[in-house]
Amino acid sequence: MQKITQILGILILGFILQSCSGSGTTTENTTTPVGKPDAEEGGAPDASGKVSPDYAIKEVELTIPLEAGMVEEGKTISEMKCTSCHSLAENRLVGPGWKGITTRRKPEWIMNMITNVDMMLAEDEEAQKMLEECLVRMPNQNITVAESRSILEFMRHNDGVQ
Amino acid sequence: MIALVAVMGVGLGLTGCKPKSPINGESTSAASGSAAEEVYVAPGEKDDYYLFTSGGFSGQLGVYGLPSGRMLRQIPIFSQHAENGWGYSEESKPMLMTSYGFIPWDDSHHPKLSQTEGKQDGRWLFINGNNTPRIARIDLKTFRTVEIIEIPNSSGNHSSPFPTENTEYVVAGTRFAVPMGDNRDVAINTYKENFKGMISYISVDKESGHMDVAFQILLPGFDYDLSHAGKGPSHGWSFFTTYNTEESHTMKEVNASQRDKDFLTAINWKLAEQLVAEGKFEEYGGRPYYVNRWDEATHSAVSTQKTGTKVLDASKYPGLVYFLPCPKSPHGVDVNPTGEFIVASGKLAATLPVFQFSKIQEAIANNDFDGDVNGIPILKYESVIAGEVAKPGLGPLHTEFDDKGFAYTSMFVSSEIVKWNVATREVVDRIPTYYSIGHLCVPAGDSKNPTGKYVIALNKITKDRYLPTGPELTQSAQLIDISGDKMRMLLDFPTIGEPHYAQACPASLLTENQVRIYPIEENNHPYAAKGEKETSVERKGNEVHIKMTTIRSHFAPDNIEGIKVGDKVYWHITNLEQDWDIPHGFAVQGAANSELLVMPGETATLLWEPKEAGVVSFYCSDFCSALHQEMQGYVRVSPANSNVPLTWSLNQTAE
Repeated sequence: MQKITQILGILILGFILQSCSGSGTTTENTTTPVGKPDAEEGGAPDASGKVSPDYAIKEVELTIPLEAGMVEEGKTISEMKCTSCHSLAENRLVGPGWKGITTRRKPEWIMNMITNVDMMLAEDEEAQKMLEECLVRMPNQNITVAESRSILEFMRHNDGVQ
Repeated sequence: MIALVAVMGVGLGLTGCKPKSPINGESTSAASGSAAEEVYVAPGEKDDYYLFTSGGFSGQLGVYGLPSGRMLRQIPIFSQHAENGWGYSEESKPMLMTSYGFIPWDDSHHPKLSQTEGKQDGRWLFINGNNTPRIARIDLKTFRTVEIIEIPNSSGNHSSPFPTENTEYVVAGTRFAVPMGDNRDVAINTYKENFKGMISYISVDKESGHMDVAFQILLPGFDYDLSHAGKGPSHGWSFFTTYNTEESHTMKEVNASQRDKDFLTAINWKLAEQLVAEGKFEEYGGRPYYVNRWDEATHSAVSTQKTGTKVLDASKYPGLVYFLPCPKSPHGVDVNPTGEFIVASGKLAATLPVFQFSKIQEAIANNDFDGDVNGIPILKYESVIAGEVAKPGLGPLHTEFDDKGFAYTSMFVSSEIVKWNVATREVVDRIPTYYSIGHLCVPAGDSKNPTGKYVIALNKITKDRYLPTGPELTQSAQLIDISGDKMRMLLDFPTIGEPHYAQACPASLLTENQVRIYPIEENNHPYAAKGEKETSVERKGNEVHIKMTTIRSHFAPDNIEGIKVGDKVYWHITNLEQDWDIPHGFAVQGAANSELLVMPGETATLLWEPKEAGVVSFYCSDFCSALHQEMQGYVRVSPANSNVPLTWSLNQTAE
């Protein structure tokens, strides 16, 4: 099996920093999109001086085949914290269905959304589009970066990756 | 004496009467021009101090921010609280169990923050229930009541909880002497023969905070009114003001006010510990008592019934208890930050006595006694007193201290706070309060390191200070600046119940440790549904257990059929949210108890007993999202003899 080279240490550090700065923003507003997010080069001011999202998770390395342990863990966490609102099929419940999500979204985007939803809803245009559609803020479900990686693995499994 | 009572009566009647201001010679009643700025906390900014005020006859605890006086929370303790289901939910009902059964109310008087080495440690807050003698412990990480212990062999638990220097113990005393032991069915006029006082020492486990009755001290049938523990040199001792040394049992207003001096009772609790360790106690059987503890892992309380205490008869053990003569019907007793001076307020006395701990020890060593009560020595007043504060005001009640060597004493009858120098016992300032101040509070003013910025007046009467609200008016407190030579009135603010004592601490002592959510993974409630997959509806005879989840914004399941009239339906609601400040509510039509307010990651249970057939709705009562109004479900109730099968579903048509 191929070695999974995640930069988890950096990811976790980044997550902690984001958690500190991102607290207290769980209001019920449907926010107007601000700035142009740049998933690759977060943090730099754009022309208007607005700071674009500084994504905590910048790079996720995917491996084949899937790691069975992570798939299993991701499934357990999802059933506890996610599937109340997300079906595994394409249909939307409260939030979008998960079928095909790993082809629609970058892995970094998915993990940032899971672990740092307040920042994403405040700053990421794609996330804001989802909020305008669903009108319920995706809850912060207190999921660690490592756990979000397992959920991603489960999503890939759900999308037929072997 | 009768004249004095009459004067007090008039004082009460004419609460508008302004006390004279002999020191200043000027009015101190109006707040100065800068007061508004000094108490203004801008939108989005936070206060500097937490203030905890007793809820008095509400049985609860008020939490405020200072200097703004903004109310932050009401913490339910001894009384049922429909707002969040406290005492109504199946999990919290055991917290209100006593040997008298389920008691839904009490009268909470004296909040006390836990201390380590005589300083606030920010762990717990203790408060007494006066009526059905109890002490509660509130966890300051969650601002929840986590333990309530009933005090056996007690009545009128007023001199409580007053922890010792390291919170080794909290105490409980009989303000009302009662017959003790097995035969309590006695004629009231046999008071002097049969009625006794009891002071209980309740141990507090250093780690868990768990309380238990360590030992009790049997005393003469006086009224043990208030208390404070010694600190520093006086650590190891507790002091209790003691009135009705006349041992009257009727028309106490007159008959318990006959003597010019009553007592300050000094208890050497370190010696009591030693005597108990040596086995020199009597086992008291008597009535059982309850210890009710909240378990954060199961989100549930467990009641344990206990019987039997270890009792030390004070008259049998020399050195355990001394009586110090104290001017007329003393109320508050307070120990200064160094632990050397003890101020007792004779509420009917014209002077304020300041006792000195080293002199007490000297008098004990020299057998400097002035008789005894049942073998308990009475120390000579002149031998144990550092001096008196002359003519401090009328009706002194309580004293707190600042960081500059000053004491602040509340004067009920003359309705003012009097500032005096502990070393010289000279009055240096006074300020009127509106009206009839009872307790007062300097943040950390009962500890070894008091602050020196504010004193808070806890008033008994508001009368004309606020917009009128019919016969029943708001309760109130006042914030007074003490940072300069002259006290300055800053703010009036309303409080709940009757605020008796209050405690305040710097906000930073508590903010860092706040719990935001309960991790759903750690939820060990037997009926928790950790995810919608675990939801279910199960029938056990006429009991139906519904394991239901909430998340923004739906219940799972949200359609239930097969419930019958006569069923006892237990709604076990697990909130799957894991974000701060996202509780969900649960309310079902016809529930005879209350709603539930379920915190993120918590499980709570409401019992519902439907009385008639039909379809009933339930909904979320705490606005949770844009689709909160859609967070609703139906339950079908059929006749007792019906064959409607038990089914439950969510989003069935879409699957």
